[in-house]
Amino acid sequence: MKNLDSLFAAYMIGWGIFFVFYLTVARRTAALREEIERLKNSHNRGK
Amino acid sequence: MKNVLFVAVVVLLLGAGAYAALFIAPTDAKQGLIYRILFLHVASAWTGLTAFFISFIANVLYVWRRQPKWDWLGVSAAETGLVFTTVVLVTGPIWAHPVWGIWWTWDARLTSTFVLWLLYISYLLLRTLIEEPDRRALLSALFGIFAFVDVPLVFGSIRWWRTQHPQPIIMGEPGSGLDPLMYKVLFFMWFAMLALMALLLRQRYLLEAMRGDVETMRRQWEVA
Repeated sequence: MKNLDSLFAAYMIGWGIFFVFYLTVARRTAALREEIERLKNSHNRGK
Repeated sequence: MKNVLFVAVVVLLLGAGAYAALFIAPTDAKQGLIYRILFLHVASAWTGLTAFFISFIANVLYVWRRQPKWDWLGVSAAETGLVFTTVVLVTGPIWAHPVWGIWWTWDARLTSTFVLWLLYISYLLLRTLIEEPDRRALLSALFGIFAFVDVPLVFGSIRWWRTQHPQPIIMGEPGSGLDPLMYKVLFFMWFAMLALMALLLRQRYLLEAMRGDVETMRRQWEVA
């Protein structure tokens, strides 16, 4: 079982990078949705 | 609901790929367990290059047609490709250290891959520096076309020069390659990674399309 720790680390870090990217895209999308709502509300109030 | 199903399929494919890579593929006689990083490392590299190719095509189409959807696809594919290349640059040294005795060396394959990573980081940074949407899209598309020139260099580096990095496992010299079962596992893992790329690219494209809508709304309201 030589180098099992390195193998484990490579897979964990690899999946971690993909997962973090997926989360950041989801967060950015949610923040943008909020901004769109805010813009629409402020535009409607200004009419 | 469709998105949940898509995520579930990708997770299942990746889980099956990881299981095959860690438990089904035969152990390498020389390297032992550590060679199993190959399935993540190589599949990520191939998928990253596929994403950069999509970005390149989108950039060419933007320069030709000037439609925002190609700009959105270009940046989305570039960012997705960058994530896969980051995984390559992280898993490579973890594999290299026990096998070569060093974490990194400036050989042709490693250097050209690192330069590729830096080029696409620069592409994304360039986009943050230009506010005017049409100008940003055109300049970044031109830069993206230039950045893609490094992709054939990455592909050819281990064929054209003597490198510390192993020789190609496909389309290499006679006698090079892998055990047939290792190939099956590698191609399955690549398929799973392509599914992951499709998921990430789709999410990232939707985000970019929303950004485009916000910019259009702002411009319309400013004019009104």
